[in-house]
Amino acid sequence: MSILVNKDTKVIVQGFTGGEGTFHAEQCMDYGTKIVGGVTPGKGGQTHLGQPVFNTVKEAVAATGATVSMVFVPPAFVADAVMEAAAAGIELAVIITEGAPVRDMQAAKACAVKNGMMTIGPNCPGIITADECKIGILPGMIFKKGRVGLISKSGTLTYEGANQVVKEGYGISTAVGIGGDPIIGLSYKQLLQMFQDDADTEAIVMIGEIGGDLEIQAATYIKENITKPVVAFIAGQSAPAGKRMGHAGAIISGSAGTAKEKMDALSAVGVEVVVSPAEIGKAVKKVLS
Amino acid sequence: MNIHEYQAKQVFAKYGVPTPRGIIANTPDQAVANAGELGGNIWVVKAQIHAGGRGLGGGVKLAKSKDEVRELATEILGMTLVTHQTGPEGKLVQKVYIEEGADIKDELYLSVVLDRALEMPIIMASTEGGMDIETVAEETPEKIIKIAIDPAFGFQGFHGRELVFGLGITDKAEQKKMIQFASKLYTLYMENDAEMIEINPLVKTGSGDFIALDGKMAFDDSALGRHPEIEDMRDISEEDPDEREASQYGLSYIALDGEIGCMVNGAGLAMGTMDTINYMGGTPANFLDVGGSANAETVAKGFEIILKNPNVKAIFVNIFGGIVRCDRIANGIIEATKITDVHVPVIVRLDGTNAPEAAEILGNANIANLIVATDLGDGAAKAVAAAKGEK
Repeated sequence: MSILVNKDTKVIVQGFTGGEGTFHAEQCMDYGTKIVGGVTPGKGGQTHLGQPVFNTVKEAVAATGATVSMVFVPPAFVADAVMEAAAAGIELAVIITEGAPVRDMQAAKACAVKNGMMTIGPNCPGIITADECKIGILPGMIFKKGRVGLISKSGTLTYEGANQVVKEGYGISTAVGIGGDPIIGLSYKQLLQMFQDDADTEAIVMIGEIGGDLEIQAATYIKENITKPVVAFIAGQSAPAGKRMGHAGAIISGSAGTAKEKMDALSAVGVEVVVSPAEIGKAVKKVLS
Repeated sequence: MNIHEYQAKQVFAKYGVPTPRGIIANTPDQAVANAGELGGNIWVVKAQIHAGGRGLGGGVKLAKSKDEVRELATEILGMTLVTHQTGPEGKLVQKVYIEEGADIKDELYLSVVLDRALEMPIIMASTEGGMDIETVAEETPEKIIKIAIDPAFGFQGFHGRELVFGLGITDKAEQKKMIQFASKLYTLYMENDAEMIEINPLVKTGSGDFIALDGKMAFDDSALGRHPEIEDMRDISEEDPDEREASQYGLSYIALDGEIGCMVNGAGLAMGTMDTINYMGGTPANFLDVGGSANAETVAKGFEIILKNPNVKAIFVNIFGGIVRCDRIANGIIEATKITDVHVPVIVRLDGTNAPEAAEILGNANIANLIVATDLGDGAAKAVAAAKGEK
């Protein structure tokens, strides 16, 4: 078990033949991900990385039975690509693209929800189930198999957190980078529940940051629904208000969205909150021993 | 991206959102000429900077004669305006907006922003116009109306009714005017990929008209590509020159007031590094995300920008190599120290792909001032010690 993806998951790549799509699709295949084809409009009928290329997602799904799409389409066209995946019956779209307009993602997400398609991202490193399936740009070798689930808005903090968990002698079941944009797909709440239900996950690490209130919503959710131990770190305790800290969504608006309010909310519901990402590994060890 | 009040009002006018008439001026002479062109006998001289709170800071003043327009324009142009949004260093005023006086009967507040929890735009309105909305939200939250609009269906009649009844507008003609005002503002928000529109105050005049006395707009940077006419409104003199230079090299940089320069890959880890420095008793001098494709050139540029800040006493390079290989970064750091004169201790932590090779490269390079760290905690501790002059 694990969550969302495993060794049997059939994946197509939207933006398959582009530079990024090609490089990362190849890396994913090397990791063991079952990439069964890709979509590049106008290049249907070709073969790329040994797999068929289709003009539309609908054709790709019909021919391959893929249920997941990894999206590497440029920002101006990414909403269109996500809606196409939703209309074609894809179950999960993992959107790696950075710099998608917020208005576009608002529409794309509403369309995905209406069609019953889950999304991860945009502007995220993707998802990995250790030793089985990697979808995105995560460096696979860090994620040794184990029983800790990880959810993070930040790419490099995902790697940092996973690395520490492994160094403490534990491992990762599934790690999900949910992205740092103002509007994202799957968030802490849904993923926490999936890890709660996953027999192979014993503890959960959640890494958040300033801006928005998803971490506060997560705290409320944890109180009522999550019994597995949770370790949390919120980046940006030392960030100034009103400044966008790299990620489009990482901004303290007025007095809302600070690291402190999120840390307090999580602490209050029994989450092991650390003040530095350097403490994540030790905290996991603490909650598991 | 932010624009000035006078530019926001140009956008408003394009959509039929009523504003007072006004003309922008760069000199006192122009200001007087503008007052003449506008006519009347009362004008407002308004400093144009990208920050709120201009009135309280002395940047918005009323003139009752053309002599007074000249006097005030002379005073405001070239002043460094300090408001609660500019920081203590303030902002230099280079333009003044000369506007006709308005007959103010009532002051309201109206804004359109994205509600991230609802994932749709909301119209926020309040009868407490002219006040800081954060304060209103804190002290009298019941005086703020929030109306969510689903972009799939757009602005409907009920949105308008919730707005006018919520604001206590009872006159039929006034209700109609306010609903039109808000509906146009919503259209403008959507069509221009705005991130935020704020009108504070929105005034009701003696004749029952609603006009935008102030106007503030910010746009989604990711969507500027499809709005060249908005991008043309960019005023680079309002942006931090170092942040701007950094962005041209694909670096995301924000200056802070501490002593330890930070160079990190990834925004989350960059913030986490700042937090760790703080936690260990030091102070970060900046946020700097070198991005996913860090190379010798970008690392060198990063050093250059960090070292422009005279407060920097040590630099912490914290890279977690994923797809990016650490040995390449190590070579980049060595190259960078050849291009740039790095005169403070540099603490380097490279982890992830090819980290052992990277450690060997750095060890063999024999660079004075370079301290190798094994992990994030170790690196932050060494950086804090180095900034304090300890070895």
